[in-house]
Amino acid sequence: MILLAWTALKVGFALSFGLGLAGLLGWVERKQSAVLQDRIGANRADIFGFRILGLFHPIADALKLISKEDFAASQVRQPFHALAPMISLGCCMLCLAALPFGANFQAWESPVGLVYVLALLGLGAHGVVMAGYASGSNYGLLGGLRGVAQMVAYEVCLAAILAGPMFLYGTLDLAQAVRAQAGLWGMFSQPLAFLLFLVAGMAASKRIPFDLPEGESEIVGYHVEYSGMKFGMFMMSDFIENIVVAGLGTALFLGGWQVPFVHLSGTMGEAAMVASFCAKTCALLFLLMQVRWTLPRLRFDQLLDLGWKNILPLALINFLATVWGVWLWR
Amino acid sequence: MAMTVKTVSRPSRGLLEQIYIWEVVRGLGITFRHFFVNLTRHILALIGLPGKPGAATIQYPDVPAVLGARARTRHRLLRREDGAPRCTSCLLCETICPARCIRITAEESPDVMVEKRAKTFDIDLGMCVFCGHCVEACPVDAIRMDVDFVELASYSRADMILDMDELLKPS
Repeated sequence: MILLAWTALKVGFALSFGLGLAGLLGWVERKQSAVLQDRIGANRADIFGFRILGLFHPIADALKLISKEDFAASQVRQPFHALAPMISLGCCMLCLAALPFGANFQAWESPVGLVYVLALLGLGAHGVVMAGYASGSNYGLLGGLRGVAQMVAYEVCLAAILAGPMFLYGTLDLAQAVRAQAGLWGMFSQPLAFLLFLVAGMAASKRIPFDLPEGESEIVGYHVEYSGMKFGMFMMSDFIENIVVAGLGTALFLGGWQVPFVHLSGTMGEAAMVASFCAKTCALLFLLMQVRWTLPRLRFDQLLDLGWKNILPLALINFLATVWGVWLWR
Repeated sequence: MAMTVKTVSRPSRGLLEQIYIWEVVRGLGITFRHFFVNLTRHILALIGLPGKPGAATIQYPDVPAVLGARARTRHRLLRREDGAPRCTSCLLCETICPARCIRITAEESPDVMVEKRAKTFDIDLGMCVFCGHCVEACPVDAIRMDVDFVELASYSRADMILDMDELLKPS
């Protein structure tokens, strides 16, 4: 019974962390861009005159999306049209289960945690291409194909990049990988892999400057034919994908739950571990968002060149160098 | 005739720019600097300390808009000392108006020294481009433009047309 409650707590925490933060990220994105562009940003939504820096805007957005008509044009292909956002969102949310928030606070402890996350991120591409196909619109289909080409390219890259650090840590278990960084964080022992991971992670989660599958205002993306909460689900899955990438980066390169020079133990230590992991994830998310407001978007050929011709070879070289280094060191 | 040929060399990028990582870091430096400077200013303003504003935004309906000192907006017709409109209906403003938004009909004035006066004087502010040519053209200083008044809006095009009574009232 206690075990069940404990498991429910862990699952509940992982889910609410992902969903809550995804809602908040919309606000962060608006306010961050506003502050760095000398603007104020959305601040008009209020409850009884209280505005608290526009924090009610995510709520207003969610209410609007939920209460909007669930419109589907006559040419869409059911049931794929309804299924696509569920696949996208479901795959992202399942990824959250493998994030090691604390030493004993991981919703699903698995010896193949990393493979699981990468596989689910890859499955998420099905949602994108299915949305494009089910739209019954050529623009949507092109957007979906663009999206799937990009996601497949960069998930191959992600796997190749993470091969190096995982070889170094000697495990595919995310919690074990965190423990293996007790002496030296991954970003210092594998700096090239960290850099490549940030780029490929941004591309795999379709962030600006790699947001060609969507390109809200410039290119027609795979979710043209979606409105209301179905569109909201795509947006949510993007944000959660972001959180998953940031969480993965935290676990594999930023020492996970560890706090430098402090030994954490006991219940309070566990809470501090979770807080540390969340803080590192948020810091990484902040950096990824800042990149969004700094760089212009790539062209599609540049994007694929970057993935296949630059990141993948560099990742493989990094992997081989790591293998060689580990062999010499042993 | 010999043509002048100016050779423009293509901008070249060094290795550091081509690798792009350092350029990304520089760009991030700029955005982070903006972010933290503005954030500090916002926080200072929030706790009531003096300093520069963190944003250039004017929260317009709550805070009055600041117009330039040279901004000229709504037209106004002026009166003579005896209270009659100064306009002598010479039609110079109507003639010079590039937007053709002024319509004047003339009538005989009972004052023999004036001879002619405006019977109607309509300005369609929906068409006006606020160039100020009418003010420049007027030989008797009958028309001027107001400052610091921008709330020129209405729910229909017909309401944008101001007649002489409205133009004689100060905004």
